[in-house]
Amino acid sequence: MDETNIGLWGVPLAILAGAIRVSTPFIFVSLGEAITERSGRINLGLEGTLVFGAMTAYAVAVLTGSPWLGVLAAMAAGAVFGLIHGFICRFPRVNDIAIGIAMMQFGLGFAFFLGKPFIQPSAPKLPSIPLGNWSSYPQVQAALNINVLFFIGFALSLFLFWAFRNTRPGLILRVVGDSTDAARAMGINPDRVRLLATALGGSLAAVGGAYLSLYYPGSWNEGISSGQGLMAVALVIFARWNPIHCFLAALLFGGTGALGPALKSVGVTQGYYLFYAAPYVLTLAILIATSSPHRALSGAPGALSLTK
Amino acid sequence: MSIVRDTPLPERGRAASIETLGMTMRFGAFTALDDVSISVPAGSFHALLGENGAGKSTLVKCIMGFYHATSGSLSVDGREVAIASPRDAATHRLGMVYQHFTLVPSLTGAENLVISRAEVPAVINWAKERRELAEFMERMPFRIPLDRPVSELAAGEKQKLEIVKQLYLGRSFLILDEPTSVLTPAEADEMLGLVRGMTESGGLTVLMISHKFHEITKFADDVSILRRGKLVGTGKVGDLSTADMAAMMIGNVKLAELDSRAPVRESAETVLRLSNVRAPDRSGLKTIEIDDLSVHEGEIVGIAGISGNGQKEFAEILSGQRPLSAGNIEVNGSSYGATRAQTRANNVRFIPEEPLQNACAPRMTLSENLSFRTFDLKADGRDALWLSKAGMKERATALISDFKVKTASSSSPIAALSGGNVQRAVLARELTGDVDLLIVSNPCFGLDFSAVAEIRARIMKARNAGTAVLLLSEDLDELLEMSDRIIVISEGRLVYETPARGADIGVIGAHMAGHH
Repeated sequence: MDETNIGLWGVPLAILAGAIRVSTPFIFVSLGEAITERSGRINLGLEGTLVFGAMTAYAVAVLTGSPWLGVLAAMAAGAVFGLIHGFICRFPRVNDIAIGIAMMQFGLGFAFFLGKPFIQPSAPKLPSIPLGNWSSYPQVQAALNINVLFFIGFALSLFLFWAFRNTRPGLILRVVGDSTDAARAMGINPDRVRLLATALGGSLAAVGGAYLSLYYPGSWNEGISSGQGLMAVALVIFARWNPIHCFLAALLFGGTGALGPALKSVGVTQGYYLFYAAPYVLTLAILIATSSPHRALSGAPGALSLTK
Repeated sequence: MSIVRDTPLPERGRAASIETLGMTMRFGAFTALDDVSISVPAGSFHALLGENGAGKSTLVKCIMGFYHATSGSLSVDGREVAIASPRDAATHRLGMVYQHFTLVPSLTGAENLVISRAEVPAVINWAKERRELAEFMERMPFRIPLDRPVSELAAGEKQKLEIVKQLYLGRSFLILDEPTSVLTPAEADEMLGLVRGMTESGGLTVLMISHKFHEITKFADDVSILRRGKLVGTGKVGDLSTADMAAMMIGNVKLAELDSRAPVRESAETVLRLSNVRAPDRSGLKTIEIDDLSVHEGEIVGIAGISGNGQKEFAEILSGQRPLSAGNIEVNGSSYGATRAQTRANNVRFIPEEPLQNACAPRMTLSENLSFRTFDLKADGRDALWLSKAGMKERATALISDFKVKTASSSSPIAALSGGNVQRAVLARELTGDVDLLIVSNPCFGLDFSAVAEIRARIMKARNAGTAVLLLSEDLDELLEMSDRIIVISEGRLVYETPARGADIGVIGAHMAGHH
């Protein structure tokens, strides 16, 4: 038997590796969206922000040679996208969902326009931490070679969970998201809080994009995103606006997404395409199972236009 | 002592006094407040009376800095102050408890209190805050659980928490805007008694907006009465009778009088019967259980209860908006599922609460809204395919004059009408033609005296004509005035029944509060 052949163990291992690899952008986008939605606003434009972030990060990394500068530049670009969304939404009779869709198309188109010259050159990648060196199997080593952004995302989800309860900005965010009137009565300006929350959400979504172009798949082209920015919005609802649940939901989503490729890698030749749809089927199934026609969505921020 | 709050607590004898001088507020050509001067001395309990639109809320909004008065001035503790925003009002220790709760539902009581402070540390040390809150609550007459989300608290607890919040923020002058509208009589008495105690000890001054004369006579020292933006009377509560106050409040308007109540016939037939009805409530966690209820022709059955005890769900069950999990509903002896055909065959009519949202299409015209029951019928009762615009308009014009709906035209959108006129329009639609069963929910909420009198008279008239009426209301006075029988709903069950005549309010209140 071949020393490096681990047989069917490859499937769970591939799922684990896939979960971590695929989930990272979901983690950032969904945490960003969770912040925005907790403030009572939905930003559907995160798909555009994500792709624009991917382009910015790649371009800046190519030009400066530093992937981290690329990530920072992406965050700045994402924040600008969020600010534009937030700024437009503060006008009366403007619908945040419609603006989000417009911003999504704008982000996609603008990224493709500015990103043309960067399809060819190659950018330095973001570093990863090899946690698998104890094993002699290259598969294990590869699976446990985990990108730094994943850890940052994990830490961020814990931090946000804590911050929503224990910090002034966290409580203010929840107040604004739950009741615009109560916020006004407290002398908080809801529009400003939402503006900042949307900007922060945009900058996190752009980090998700930076991960796509600078780590996995690690190149810039027009097909870089497969709808992560849109799915993340569904993930946030699925996670009931809880940052730790967002992290777990992203992992689950990533893990089921890795099912198809993992089966393919162990030699299943037929029907594995069906498993590419697994994350979406799973999301649908869980959303249906946890919803009810008789009661309102629990945990939903009261001022969110979804629940109005 | 490190002060994290603005000021720790109103101290004994430190209540603020306020005085308005010639306060006037104009919105364009409309004068909402006309030269109003009132004085509220420190440590007094002052009531502010007036109909809807009389200028009460304009006055308190001017005091609190939401509006900037066109002319006139405000003094606090004898010194003239300029209040440009609620924040300025707070620095002068003025606070307000709104009619609608301003607590954030998903936050706990403790979180609500802490976040409402002007200075909140960036990272909240909950151990320390909890200790300080416990200490603060020791000095409060109210007992409220602070660790539960506010959405889980009863209305009375929320109202107390609103007041506690103002005191926590160091306010020593409080405006209470109809503070008891969602409380049981017992809760209201307890809460106002405690507040009264605080004013007597000199720690607090209160200006209370109220519609309830018995509260004013029981708890207030002085009263000021507004009508159409003008101060029409002020004085010691002891010097004025309820009739004096009412007369000043409404002026010389003739109120519609209730028909005298025709006796319920012995042989009155049962129109509505519910047996063993079960349905999930809004949260899906509890069930609504109506074991047995019947309403006979020519009687009004009143359902009393504190808001949120299943009245909404009960009304939804009857209107077909909430599916039953068990049991059955009969109207006129046959099973009833609230379909349009059954509603029409049995002459069932509805007046839901907040009629603009629940019984109207706000942007459609008044004339269209008035034809919702009949637009798809031809004159001979068969199904109509084409609408008869002219017929609808003609009918609408007749109903508008008949029910005294004030509107610019029958083709204005119904949302442009005032609350009382929307309610009149819905009544016009629902009470026209034969009505066997009328289901009414909070019909007079937020309406002024003349609209209330008119609407009650219409319902009583329908009853005397033989309609079976089920009246769900959170206003116990209304139920006592209107009903033949009163049934108390508590936590989704009917727990107590009494004839309205000679009913004991104390007993009803105790059942409403869940003591049964």
